[in-house]
This record gives sequence, structure tokens and C-alpha cells, in this order.
Amino acid sequence: MTADPAGGTAPAPGEDADGRPSLAVWKFASCDGCQLTVLDCEEELVALAGAVRVSYFLEASTEAGEGPYDLSLVEGSVTTPQDLARIAHVRRVSRRLVTIGACATAGGVQALRNFAEVGDFLSVVYARPDYIATLADSTPVSAHVPVDLELRGCPIDRGQLLEVITAYLAGRSPDVPRHSVCFECKRRGTVCVTVARGVPCLGPVTHAGCGALCPAYGRGCYGCFGPSDSTNFGAFVPLLRRDGMDTLDVVRVLRTFNAAAPEFAAVSRREEAR
Amino acid sequence: MADVPRSAVIGRDGLDSLIRALSARGRTVVGPTVRDGAVVLAELSGGDDLPYGWGVELEAGRYRLVERADGAAFAHSAGPQSWKTFLHPQRERQWTADRDSDGAMTFSQEATPAPSYAFLGVRPCDLRAIAIQDRVLTGGPHEDSNYRSRRERALLVAVECTEPGATCFCVSMGTGPAAGPGYDLALTEVVDGAGHRFLVRAGTAEGASLLDEIPHRTADPGTRAAAESAVTAAADHMGRTMPPVDLQALMRGTLSAERWDDVASRCLTCGNCTMVCPTCFCTTAEDITDLTGDHSERWRRWESCFDLEFTHLPGGPVRATPHSRYRQWATHKLGTWYDQFGSSGCVGCGRCIVWCPVGIDITEEAHALARERDAHAPAEER
Repeated sequence: MTADPAGGTAPAPGEDADGRPSLAVWKFASCDGCQLTVLDCEEELVALAGAVRVSYFLEASTEAGEGPYDLSLVEGSVTTPQDLARIAHVRRVSRRLVTIGACATAGGVQALRNFAEVGDFLSVVYARPDYIATLADSTPVSAHVPVDLELRGCPIDRGQLLEVITAYLAGRSPDVPRHSVCFECKRRGTVCVTVARGVPCLGPVTHAGCGALCPAYGRGCYGCFGPSDSTNFGAFVPLLRRDGMDTLDVVRVLRTFNAAAPEFAAVSRREEAR
Repeated sequence: MADVPRSAVIGRDGLDSLIRALSARGRTVVGPTVRDGAVVLAELSGGDDLPYGWGVELEAGRYRLVERADGAAFAHSAGPQSWKTFLHPQRERQWTADRDSDGAMTFSQEATPAPSYAFLGVRPCDLRAIAIQDRVLTGGPHEDSNYRSRRERALLVAVECTEPGATCFCVSMGTGPAAGPGYDLALTEVVDGAGHRFLVRAGTAEGASLLDEIPHRTADPGTRAAAESAVTAAADHMGRTMPPVDLQALMRGTLSAERWDDVASRCLTCGNCTMVCPTCFCTTAEDITDLTGDHSERWRRWESCFDLEFTHLPGGPVRATPHSRYRQWATHKLGTWYDQFGSSGCVGCGRCIVWCPVGIDITEEAHALARERDAHAPAEER
């Protein structure tokens, strides 16, 4: 087992006889898209299976190995009382815990409930609301247990996932930049959709990682990776308005997969109150 | 050399001949072409790829293509990219390392041969920008050998400016609109009653031999005069100016100005200004390992002083506030660049003004700093 620079919080490592670290993939409230990104690592899957022992990954195999696990990837947000107990368990049995995707890192699109009364939804959606045990808010994993690394995106980027795993195996820090999507647009030579065409784009306030996918196809960024590490919404929101967005548009564009990310939520609440 | 022309006139379609002659010499020809609503720099296969009949309307934070009736090929000013895209690419492998079954390590430096570029349409400001990057990347004790190899193999065809944009200020920076030294060929476009043509001057032997190879005619006095007056006129309608002061001293003397708070309140710290700047050169290292752990690669990619990670030390980022990051960029570009490299880091191309989503204008900031300094200076110093 290689050195763990961030320091683990969990018990003994779960290496097998070959010295391979064990991997677990967990699901909470989510669409499974990020777990599918693991399986989407087609060319690398054989090498991945050689480098780690996949001990627990119900999306891929019903054979569930015993913990503890060296590396846990956690998809999904915490939305039920059972989730609260389960995430505490996952933390206890995981030496290293990495959350994957917008649900696990920000609460996901299901965190739209945080801006309303969940009881109102229950009575509309379910024939027997009394059967439903749910929490008032959808929250990220980090609201409940210590998290070693958060991987953003809806869904996560395959390259970033492999970077996290290979960095873990080599005992180095993963290279996951937290700057704006604009960096990625300029690096790949995409003409700025806002400057050249007046298209509203969340790129200047959004966390990089997707490779600036949408602007490369002429669309503004939708903010799938949540806020970057250096946002200035006071200067940014007037830009969205200049390019044709009204208050409802601004609130809606900030309330998608990362609606409850603190920076996005603060601005959408402020705009809504205007 | 006595028989090859040093200056001549080529027709509208002479550019196609030039591109084909450059390609025939094994060069990758890169120049302006219209793509995705802008004049970008890309590989050209012939004259038809050039932006004949396209101009641009520029403002702070705004870029629009406009059609032109005169069919000019170079009536646009600086676009979203600069030549550093090719000479100092955004991501480049430096070396790879492999571990064999005995645990022995083998390191190999990247040995891809540099492409032999021909850049068509290098503006005078960008000619200076290339010279500045030459100084930064090859003029010190630790030269960038990959840059040097690409640069030494590159042929530069400059095009003088006759249609400066509303965000241009090369006159203030002393870089244009006439082409300075460093080109192999320099073109000046003339479109008038006598036709659409280019005055061509050779700056090197290779430029002269190219000119000899393509259809040309003797440079007539009328074309010479028209070209000269077009460039002179361009100098008189720059869209922007820098304050006529010692900018290095201005930057040094205004480090605690209130204006930095003002600009920081508008700055998105998105990094666009540094990415489009033709002289910004900062990079970061990226280490890659594979799943076997036996193969690793070192890459280098563009980085920006607007990235918090850029100054991240164990105690956190040194320049944590947008205020400190914008000030660092502007004072380096206009001031401390002189101390470090002996010149300004700004060439007046205006890209940072156009491609800033919120339209922060470095000339406007410099004027505001000068006004603030003057307002606080004792009366006798004014």
C-alpha cells in the first residue's frame, strides 16, 4: 500500500494477497450516471481491475465484499434518515472517501426541495405520503462526514476519475483544477460564446473539469461542475442580464444540478428576493 | 541575392500563390480564417481560407464579425488567439519515465520534431509580442528548448495594420501599425481604384526567395504611396491610448491606489485576459501516472496568475484576493516586466480588453491610476 498524503481516518487497509487496494462504490440519492462513468472507462477497465480489487460495486456486481475498503467512491446525496446512518457507516469502513458528482458534492438537482417545503411535494407526488420517510433537505456527503476529496460534475469527467484513482495509487495529489471553465475554453481554442455572440454562459463562475464541452458546441456553460474557487457574482449577474436573462432566468440557470452549492444558492435566493 | 526582389507588388490572388509556395517548402501555413463567429488562427490550405471581405467591430467585452464591401483580407484586428498558441502551446509533454520489471527507471525527453511553421498575417504588435516571448523563453539562463526549436523553424509573414480596432493601442506601446524588425516578408494591403493588391517587402533571404517564386510585379510608386498613407492613417485612428506617462513609474507609484479595489469589484478572475495575451507565458507542471504505476509523464500547461492555485503554498494562496491578482497581472505587464525582461510586457493589441467578459480595459485602468496619482500629488509635482 502506498503512502496516503492526506491521511486516512479509517481502520486497517483492505489489501488483498496481491497487495491491491480495495475499491468500493456507493450509491445514495442519484441517477447512477457517475457510477456509469466508472464503467465507461472501457479501455482502462482491465488495467483498473488489475490495479485495485473491486470489493463493493452493486451497479457492476451483486457480489459484495467485506470491508473495510481502501478507497470509497460515493455517488448521491443524503435525503433520508436511512442515508444518515448509511453514510456514517461508509465513512467508518473507508480509509479514503471520495465523493463523485454534483449530488454527492452539492446535493444534486433533488436539492431543489431545499428551496421549498418537502411536505408539499409529498402530498402531490405520493398516494400515501405517510409511507415516505424523507429529510427536509438534500445535502452533500460533506455535510455529514469528513470527505477526503470531492469530484465535481453532472456527471463526473472520466479523465478526472482516472486521475483521482491513479494519483491515489501513486500516492500523489490528484490534479483537479478548481479555476473557471474559461481556462479550458481558451486552452482548447474555443471562441468565447459570450464575447463573440452574446450567449449567456456560466463559464466564468463555474468549476473547470468538463473540458469546456458546451461552449465547444456553441452553447453557454450550464454550470454542471458547480462554482469555481473564485467567483464574483456581483459582477457576473449583470452580464447574464445584459445578454437577455431576466430574474427568473437567472434563478433557474443557477438552480440545476448544483442548486444547493452555497455560492449558487446564495445568489439565486438573492435574485429571487429582488 | 542580387537577382531576387527586396520589394514588389502581388495581386489579390498572390496570397494563394504564397500559401502554396510555403506549403511546397514543407511548411505548415497558419493564418487568419473565419470560424465560429470570429477570425481565428488556423492551418490554411489556400487563399480561399483567408477572411476576404470580413472586418470586426470591437469593444470592451464584445467582438462581432462584420461584412465589408471592399473584400479586404486583413481588415480585421487581433482575434481570440495569438501566435503563442503555436509557438508556446497550451499543453506539451516534457518527458516520460518508465520502470522496467527490475525496477530500473528510464527517462526520455520528448523528441517530437518541431513543425516548420509559416505564420501568415502577423500584426506588428504580435511581431513584437513574439520578440518578447523570445526574450522570456530563450533569453535567460534556463531556455525553453522546445520553444526555441519551433521558433527557429518558423517563418513570419507580417501584415501591417490599415484598419485598427476600437480596442487597439499599439501606437501608445510603440509596436505598430508599421511592421518592426523580425519578419521574413511584410505585406501591406491596398484596395483602391487601381485594384486589390499587396505591397511586399522581404526582410530575410528566405523571404526574398519566396517573393521571387510567386507571381509579382515591380513595386510602383502609386502602390508604395497608397500603402504608406494607409499605415500612417491607421496610426491616427487608434481606438485606445495609454496615458502618456512612464507606465513603469505609474505602476510602481500606485500600488496602494483605491482604483485596485474598484477594478477588483468588477473582475471575475476568470483568467481570460492572461490566456488571450500574446506575451503571458506562465505554465504549471502536470504529472501523470498510469494504472500500472510503471509509466509516468510530465506535461506543462498554460497557467494564469488569476488562478488561486498559481500561488498556492502550504499556508494557502499568496494572492488570495481578486485585488491582489489583478494588480499583480497589470503591474507585471506594464511595470515590473521592464525590471525582469527589459521591456514592456504589453504590446497594445487590445485582446485582454475585447475578451474580458465584463470588459475590463487595461488602458482605462491605467488612465484612472494616473488621475488618482495626480490628484494626490503635491501641487509642485503636477
